[in-house]
Amino acid sequence: MATVETRPARLRRDLPQWLRALVRPVPLGLAAACVFLVVGSLLSNDFAQQTVAGLAQGTIFGSLALALVLIYRATEVINFAQGEMAMATTYVAYQLISWGLSYWEAFFATLVVAFVFGVVVQVVFIRPVQHTSVIAVVIVTVGLFILIDGLVTWKWGADLKFMPAPFGKTVYHVGGVAFAQQDLGTLLVSVLSVLLLWALFRFTKLGLAMRAAALRPASARLVGVRVDRMLAIGWGFAAVLGAVAGLMAEPAQYVLQPSLMQPILLYAFAAAVLGGLESPAGAVVGGIALGVFLNLVGQYVGFVTSELRLPFAFAVLLVVLLVKPAGLFGRARVRRV
Amino acid sequence: MSGLLELRDVEAHYGPVQALRGVSLEVEEGTIVAVLGANGAGKTTTLRAISGTVRRTGELRFAGQELGRLGPEDTARLGIAHVPEGRGTFAELTVWENLRLGAYTRRGSIREDVQRVLAYFPWLDDRRHQEAGTLSGGEQQMLALARAFVARPRLLLLDEPSLGLAPVLVTEIFRIIRELNEREGLTVLVVEQNAHIALQLAATAYVLEVGRVALAGPSEELRAHESVRKSYLGY
Repeated sequence: MATVETRPARLRRDLPQWLRALVRPVPLGLAAACVFLVVGSLLSNDFAQQTVAGLAQGTIFGSLALALVLIYRATEVINFAQGEMAMATTYVAYQLISWGLSYWEAFFATLVVAFVFGVVVQVVFIRPVQHTSVIAVVIVTVGLFILIDGLVTWKWGADLKFMPAPFGKTVYHVGGVAFAQQDLGTLLVSVLSVLLLWALFRFTKLGLAMRAAALRPASARLVGVRVDRMLAIGWGFAAVLGAVAGLMAEPAQYVLQPSLMQPILLYAFAAAVLGGLESPAGAVVGGIALGVFLNLVGQYVGFVTSELRLPFAFAVLLVVLLVKPAGLFGRARVRRV
Repeated sequence: MSGLLELRDVEAHYGPVQALRGVSLEVEEGTIVAVLGANGAGKTTTLRAISGTVRRTGELRFAGQELGRLGPEDTARLGIAHVPEGRGTFAELTVWENLRLGAYTRRGSIREDVQRVLAYFPWLDDRRHQEAGTLSGGEQQMLALARAFVARPRLLLLDEPSLGLAPVLVTEIFRIIRELNEREGLTVLVVEQNAHIALQLAATAYVLEVGRVALAGPSEELRAHESVRKSYLGY
């Protein structure tokens, strides 16, 4: 039986190996989007400013989306409490600062607290129900959402809290374009934390063991990986990423309140699905794309006011999923057995 | 005589179903032992009882140590490498990552171990960055063997290495197992439906029937045994 070769497939075959992987709809589309952003930024100062602000916001979505994906890969559920866990750790930072620590001391201490918090949540709440059913785990995460929200409100109150700004209020002017130091700082911290985590998963023995435990727990046990321990550590790292997202989201909203992460969790969820739930790279790219897109749309499309941002984000998500149900980076699984 | 592995009256259940009804067997260091039997006789469960992937009762001794309460993470650390049904390769990870995971319990550099493995599976070197799931069935079985061997196990448990493979590949895989045994002194307990090839490979064999050892002895004796000939060799 002759296989029908489509024209794009034929074109791709004639390319050198290293180029072949790039000539596909998704990488091409992303490359086109990057070119569009660069050209637009060179032509218009407003456009450049909105792009940078969008990038900063997008990396926050991306960090939290990545946390969701890490847990989805390990536990096969969306952790609905991820945003509230991030919010709670931001309150920890607030508390530490009010006890006299400097912002960055509190920042790193909070990351340690977040790691322990994530591990404890997995061991105490998730592990007992993990092997029962997916729906049980989902309900536990929803319960955690309510529990954490309640505990934080009980301990710190629902009123607005103010934290010192991590980055100065300086605005840099480069050729007529204004870049807020806060946006650049947010971008830097979020990207760094994602890269560090990526390197951990990609290059270390611990990272490899965590991936193995998440992908094939039974096989991982047979090679001696302590799967339960790895899953708990995975929750710890997800909580650390969430903490970074919370700490970076706080200055953008200027105040700290228990509902800090609720809209961001929805955007992060959209970003994770957009990228294809199982793909860490997809979550980050999805988050950044969403952040930039929403900022630009808010600037240039009159009717998308701040009230319409969330519905609009989900409308875009819907359209993307209709075209590519597995998400941008999700793979239709083709495997020989 | 005392073997590397000794099982006495081992029983195991899946829920209400009893899969092993008192299995006793022995594997001496440096030998290849085969376990034969029909579907559902308890061959796979015997291996799972040894590695600890199923709950079991009875006496299980490995190198003088009682295995009864240990799970697979612990038996792997003692030097038991179990290649399960379906091979247990990490399909989403690369060939190289699979080998690194094989050596997970080992400390320090694994370069030397990998070199030793590559001597038996030279083609793996060119494929080290390929995802294991994209290998053919035979290649995956060899990768599973290589991954188990990188761990420098004292005992290799192999579950149906011939399953779903073309005859020429089965011959190749059994040749490699024999080489690993002869040159590296690897002890192997292999479960096989293909009694012909298993009895050629192994020095001793056990025949399981409904969770019990029905027959045991040197391979030549079993090959000549009338019920084995009729039931498993088919002549």
